[in-house]
Amino acid sequence: MDVLQLQKQFVDYRASLYHEGFLDEQFTQLQELQDENNPDFVVEVVSLFFEDSERLLNELTKALEQQSIDFKRVDAHVHQLKGSSSSIGAQRVQKVCIAFRNYCEEQNIEGCLKCLQQVKHEYSLVKTKFETMFQLEQQILTAGGSIPV
Amino acid sequence: MVLGKGASSSLSMKMADGAEDMVNNNNFTVLVVDDDPLIRKLHDMHLKNFGLRAQVVENGKKAVDLCHVGANFNLILMDREMPVMNGAEATKELRAMGVNSLIVGVTSCGSPNEKQAFMEAGLDYCFEKPLTPDKITFLLQELNKNN
Repeated sequence: MDVLQLQKQFVDYRASLYHEGFLDEQFTQLQELQDENNPDFVVEVVSLFFEDSERLLNELTKALEQQSIDFKRVDAHVHQLKGSSSSIGAQRVQKVCIAFRNYCEEQNIEGCLKCLQQVKHEYSLVKTKFETMFQLEQQILTAGGSIPV
Repeated sequence: MVLGKGASSSLSMKMADGAEDMVNNNNFTVLVVDDDPLIRKLHDMHLKNFGLRAQVVENGKKAVDLCHVGANFNLILMDREMPVMNGAEATKELRAMGVNSLIVGVTSCGSPNEKQAFMEAGLDYCFEKPLTPDKITFLLQELNKNN
């Protein structure tokens, strides 16, 4: 595939992520912060998001396995996850976190467990999407092209 | 003065739209207080784009300690929920110490009551996370007014 085709493929893929609600305006802002002095900014921030999320999901799993669940602790973790997902524009993850927090407030164990499943699912989806998008970017760069804004 | 771990002091010459008229930007110092490394990185970058130098720390106690040893900031961006010492406690302590920097809460939602309590701790403003260029422009206008 030549550079133009690769670029088109990338642009279409990225547009689909917005269209399907995986990404929102916040991600656009993130991209706008990147420049020649900080060419890896987006990748670095998204990597931080992966680390953050994986840690939080582990903590959440442990917390919800306890005999006596500490809902305040669960809520604190979800709050963090909501914060980081909203900051990078991972809209679907953020939305599940909002529902999750409501169940924490109600101390609804079933609701929380359901949300944990959902958020793990949404996280793994968006992670794959990001990885694919970064791969497409790499292909363009390797072919000697530049990433379309 | 020794800058603590995580302090960043690089200056960027890139100015965002609308910030060209603010000639005093390069003299303003900012402290970012947040326990999430993602947010610290994000806010630091936003501020760099406006030509602002930012130091970053991960909880309220570190912010208080910094100011205690004499660090001075024009603007402090304070997260609400942090371990060791949260944003409200840190703000109260800073005000009690006589710090009159612009202290702005940056929080992810929270009920109106929580926001109110945070404001009452001594904030000048409270914004929802994350920071955006508009909010920074607004804060720069405030800083320019007061200086």
